[in-house]
Order: sequence, then C-alpha cells, then structure tokens
Amino acid sequence: MDYLDQLEAEAIAILREVAGQFEKPALLFSGGKDSITLVRLAEKAFRPGKFPFPLVHVDTGHNFPEVIEFRDKLVEKIGEKLIIGHVQDAIDSGKVIEQKGKNASRNALQTVTLLETIEKNQFDACIGGARRDEEKARAKERIFSVRDEFGQWDPKRQRPELWNTFNGKIHKGENVRVFPISNWTELDVWNYIKRENIEIPSIYYSHEREVIERNGVLMAAHEFLNMDADDIVQTKSVRFRTVGDMTCTAAVESVKTEIDDIILEISQSKISERGARMDDKVSEAAMEDRKKGGYF
Amino acid sequence: MDILKFLTAGSVDDGKSTLIGRLLYDTGSVLADQLEAIQKSNRKNDDGTVDLAILTDGLKAEREQGITIDVAYKYFQTEKRKFIIADTPGHIQYTRNMVTGASNADLAIILIDARKGVIEQTIRHSYLVSLLALEHVVVCVNKMDMVDYSEEVFDKIHADYHTLATKLNIKEVTFIPVSALRGDNIVFNSEAMPWYKGKNLLEHLETVPVHEIDSLLPARMAVQWVVRPQTDALHDYRGYAGRVLSGAFKLGDVVKVYPSGTSSKISKLETFDGDLQIAEEGKSITLHLEGEIDISRGDMIGEIERAPIVASQIEADICWMDTRELDTSATYFIQHQSKVTRCKIKEVLYKVNINTLEKVNADTFGLNDIGRVEIKTADELAFDPYEINKRNGGAIIIDSRTNVTVGALMLRAAL
Ligand SMILES: Nc1nc2c(ncn2[C@@H]2O[C@H](COP(=O)(O)OP(=O)(O)O)[C@@H](O)[C@H]2O)c(=O)[nH]1
Ligand SMILES: [Mg+2]
Repeated sequence: MDYLDQLEAEAIAILREVAGQFEKPALLFSGGKDSITLVRLAEKAFRPGKFPFPLVHVDTGHNFPEVIEFRDKLVEKIGEKLIIGHVQDAIDSGKVIEQKGKNASRNALQTVTLLETIEKNQFDACIGGARRDEEKARAKERIFSVRDEFGQWDPKRQRPELWNTFNGKIHKGENVRVFPISNWTELDVWNYIKRENIEIPSIYYSHEREVIERNGVLMAAHEFLNMDADDIVQTKSVRFRTVGDMTCTAAVESVKTEIDDIILEISQSKISERGARMDDKVSEAAMEDRKKGGYF
Repeated sequence: MDILKFLTAGSVDDGKSTLIGRLLYDTGSVLADQLEAIQKSNRKNDDGTVDLAILTDGLKAEREQGITIDVAYKYFQTEKRKFIIADTPGHIQYTRNMVTGASNADLAIILIDARKGVIEQTIRHSYLVSLLALEHVVVCVNKMDMVDYSEEVFDKIHADYHTLATKLNIKEVTFIPVSALRGDNIVFNSEAMPWYKGKNLLEHLETVPVHEIDSLLPARMAVQWVVRPQTDALHDYRGYAGRVLSGAFKLGDVVKVYPSGTSSKISKLETFDGDLQIAEEGKSITLHLEGEIDISRGDMIGEIERAPIVASQIEADICWMDTRELDTSATYFIQHQSKVTRCKIKEVLYKVNINTLEKVNADTFGLNDIGRVEIKTADELAFDPYEINKRNGGAIIIDSRTNVTVGALMLRAAL
C-alpha cells in the first residue's frame, strides 16, 4: 500500500476507536492544516453518518482573520457542530493575566481555556493534530495520551501502547488526548492536502504582508503585536508554515503560490516547522513543560 | 513508496541513539535549527564533535541522565521509502517500553558492541523480537572502530549470534559491521572495512521486502463502529466500519460474524472515495452485509473456510508490564481488537528466564516478566494464533482498578 494510504487508514482507524471507546469526544480544531486534515479524515471515517463529536476551537482572540473566516465556512460546509472557547473570557474574568512586554502572546493562556472547555463540556477524549515529527517531546507521546484532572501529561507514566490496540479506559475527571496523525510528517500532510485537494486558509500561500523582523524571524505587523520604534515595518511576500496565534507565528519569505512549489520548498528547507514558532524557542524543554501543564 | 517501521535494540551505551542520529544526519534529515539546538547543548563526544544521540533523547530526564527511558519515534525518508524509527530503551527496567516499540515494527536492528559480543541483553532483546514475531532482524556490530575494524571479531559475533537465532527460531538475520560514531556502513560504505561485501544499513532498509506474506492470511476485520446516519434518506443504512486486519475481502464473499457464527454475503465495500471490489490488508473500510443481522462493535468479521479460533479459555504468552504483581485471583479487562471483556489469568504455567531462555516455575509475574499463562474470559474472543497471524493474535490486559495497561498477550491456542 502507498504510504499516504497507509497513514490515512491508520488515522481513520484511530478516529473510529475514539468513537467506539468514549462517551463525549471532541475534535480540537485550530484552523491549521493539521486539524483541517483531521476533518477530512473524520469524513472518511464516519460518512455518510455525522461525526460522533463536535469541533472545538480555542480562540485566543488573536487569530488571523483569514483563519476564522475559513473555520466558519468549513463548519457550514460539513454541517457539523462547532464549540468555541474564548481566551478573552478567561482574561475578563481574571482567571489569567495577559502577558506584558514586547513578546507578549496569548499562546500560553490557551491552556486554561482549553481545560475549562473540556471540563464544562465533560469531554473525555480530545482529538488533536499534533505530530511526532514536530518536536522531540511530542516524539515521545503515545497516540492515546492520558491526562489527569489538571490536563497534565506525565511522560514517565505513559501506558504501554501495543500494536493498534488503544486503551482508552480512564477514571472520571481524566481525559485522553488522541493524536491520529502522530506518524505523519509535515511533508506527508502537505502531500495529502495536495492529493485530496483539501482547501486550506489563504495565509498558507504566499501573499504580500506588512511584517517586522524580530529575533531573527518575520512576524505579521498587526495591532495584537506589541511594537515600538525599533520595529521597522516592511512589506514582503510571505507565507505561514503553521497557524497559531498571530503573536507567536512567524512567517517565511516565499513567493510560492502553488502547492507543488510549497511542497518542494518544504522538502528543501533548512529550518523545521516548529523553528518558525517563538513559543518553542524559549528552552530545550519548552514543549515538554507546556505539555506537562496541559497544553495540546 | 511504502513505509518501513523499525526499532533499534541494544543495551545502554551500545550506540542506538548515535546510530539513529547518524542515519538522520547522513541522509540530510537533520534541519538547520535542530542542528543549532544540539550544537548549543553541552552534551558532546570526547573529541568535541556533536553528540548525535541528542537528536532522539527528547525528555529532560533522558538528557540529564544520558539514557533513553521511553520510545522516541523519528521519521525520515529517502527516494525509496518512508521510515518510522522507534528508538527504544535498552535497560531491563524499561523492557515494557521496548515491547511497545517492537509491537508495531516490521524490522529490528539489534546492536552489539564489537568489544563485548553477544551478551545477556542481546539474548533478552532477541527473545522479545522473536516473541513479538518481527519479520526481519538486522544485527549491527557497532563500534568496529574500537576493534581496528577486525573481520575476525565480526565473524566471531556473526557465528555466536547465528547460534542464538537458531535457538530462538528467528529465520531471517542480516549482519552488518558498522561504526555509528564515524558513519561506517550506515549510509556510506566503509573504506575501513573493504572485506565487507554486503549492503550498508540504509541500502538494506531501503530494499528489504515488507508485508509480503499478509495477502496469504485469512480475511479478518474487527467491527469498530456501526455507521447509522438515521436520516430519512438513509433510513435503513447500516455499515460496519473497521480496518482489514489481514487477508482481503471481496464483494460477494460469504463471510461469518464471530463469535455469533451468523453468516452473510458482502453487499458493498464502501469508502469515502468510492466502493471497492476488493479490500486488502490495512485498508479502513465500511462493510455492508445482506439481510438484517445483529452486529456491533467488538464483533469479528472473517472468512468461513479459515475461521478464527473462538474461545473463552485461552493459552497465551504474557509480558507483564506493571510494578504491581499479577494477581491470579483478580478480575482484569482484556482488550482484543475492538472487543473488551473481563478476564481472569487463572494459572501461570511457567516463566521464562529471558537472559538464559530457561523455563522456570512461577506463581506470579512481576514487572517485565514473560511466560505462559491460562486465561478465562467472560465473553468469547475470535482470534488467530499470534505466530500465524499476529495482526489478530495480540491482546492487552488492563487493570480494572487503575485502568493501566499491565500486560501484553500473544494468544496461542484454545484450551
Ligand atoms: N567509538 C565509538 N563510539 C560509539 C559508537 N557508537 C556510539 N558510540 C559512543 O557510545 C556512547 C553511547 O552511545 P548512545 O548512542 O548514547 O548509546 P545508547 O544508550 O545505545 O543510545 C556515546 O558516547 C557514543 O558516542 C561507535 O561506533 N564507535
Ligand atoms: Mg539512547
């Protein structure tokens, strides 16, 4: 079997296990290419039936407008339910405090809203689009990853995971994060999007945008980004390799507008996808620490 | 292009992580920012070059202790194949993590330190590889640079391991002399070992055949989910969603549902991308049957001719994976494919000393113990003997108090 068929079949089987094993699953939808891929895989797993779970979006309030627009159109097209958790609500109620300073980002605040949304809706499984090739702590995580009541991942106490047999048994209050595309690489996702003709937000393709250069990467110049006199705004042809909060997602210079060119560019690129994210640059264990705290 | 999944096994410091790092590095799979990150790290080789092992040791505790604790998955591809590597810990304490990594692998690379030869750990790792029935084994005799690239040393290890493989019934073994540190015979042929005429490691990995026997196995599919749209237009629609575990289903085939034994004809093999005439091993499909039959998640659809074993008294090999000992009076859950039922592990037949391969008497199992048991399940399971069809022969034991996976089972026979 072709490798994309193999990866697809595995992901579909994982999604069906979620449906079979859990009472109240949810699909965490960020609007990025990985979660869009998950939506296609869910169609493949459950059509002509409905999805046995809603889509859940944690909205930082600092999302790219193109992505929000895309999200709403997609949800309408597939006719599934969308639940939105707003980080702004947590800020307004004083549960979290907005970061200050130049590199302030709401990325870290998402965790609180995510955990609250899980608790409020009593989700027992959350499907996410994380891949093991993204980052070395993720490379260690199981496909069914049990989180305690506080959403914490304990890397030293992971359950053995054998063959394609996934143990989703949990106690009340715990939940499981499920990663159906664990074994896909960034390139696999792009090749799949191409093969399946999947629509993705326009910001993945090259476009002219006002950017500033900071800490060696390009950031979208936008009201959400704290800027000062040192920041020089310039217009460049860029595209984004990942879609997150506008304040922590860096752009890469690119004039590529066709998916084939993008695939070529990625396969030749000398920087990894997560290298384009400020949030992982903080320390070698940045992702591991965030995961232990309940992050995706 | 297809996928090869492999794991690396060897004891601590044999060079597993270095070997994987070398494969990634020499195939150009390490990106600039990752390289920058490891160069910044203070873990260095004695000669000051970067320690490639850092590429795989992903947890803080691992970097601190300089050992691998849990499986790390790594990905790379060449023009011929996509590779999924499970870098597994060598330490006996983490045997269960090695079993996790091995359960999905097609091939095992067993590392042997050229200076040490076949040691107890080699026996243990090879035993696990044979227990989990991996298709292929490659023995990499590593650190050849430390034995002057000596052919005699290699030949001696070759002969010793051959004896072990025969004893363990491992059929296909390939031997390659390497230096992971210097890159000899990993991606590039070694100039220091002109006496070695075989393929280098990457060439071997790119060309070894996988999943060859699978098409000959009997057709099996565990029902994971019943698709029932219950809309006006699709009022009577009932599709059985699952993955073809082994063999192939053809449109019009008469199949049986196990354990109930009801038979019916396949009326449709549906996928989102259109209906199929034939659905082969590995494919996720929605299968339709003629007539109204009672089928739910946990049922097994299979061939009539070559039926699975349907039983509730089962003999199996078990690898115990919990710090709490096996309790022969307790009720556990057993999960076999999509079926979960209660069970008791009624009797321990023997335990295997995995360092010497001797069978010894035992009453119970502790962490990482392996041996043979008798199980009684509440509901019948429809399985194949693991050694014949591992895609339908494995199961897990779950502790009903902690919900943790405590055992891996290789089902062997009905009692
Ligand atoms: N001389 C030499 N040293 C090696 C070789 N392969 C690994 N090493 C060293 O052996 C040590 C342990 O290697 P590592 O990859 O961490 O082993 P692991 O515990 O099996 O993952 C490190 O210091 C490596 O640099 C080799 O081929 N030759
Ligand atoms: Mg290691």
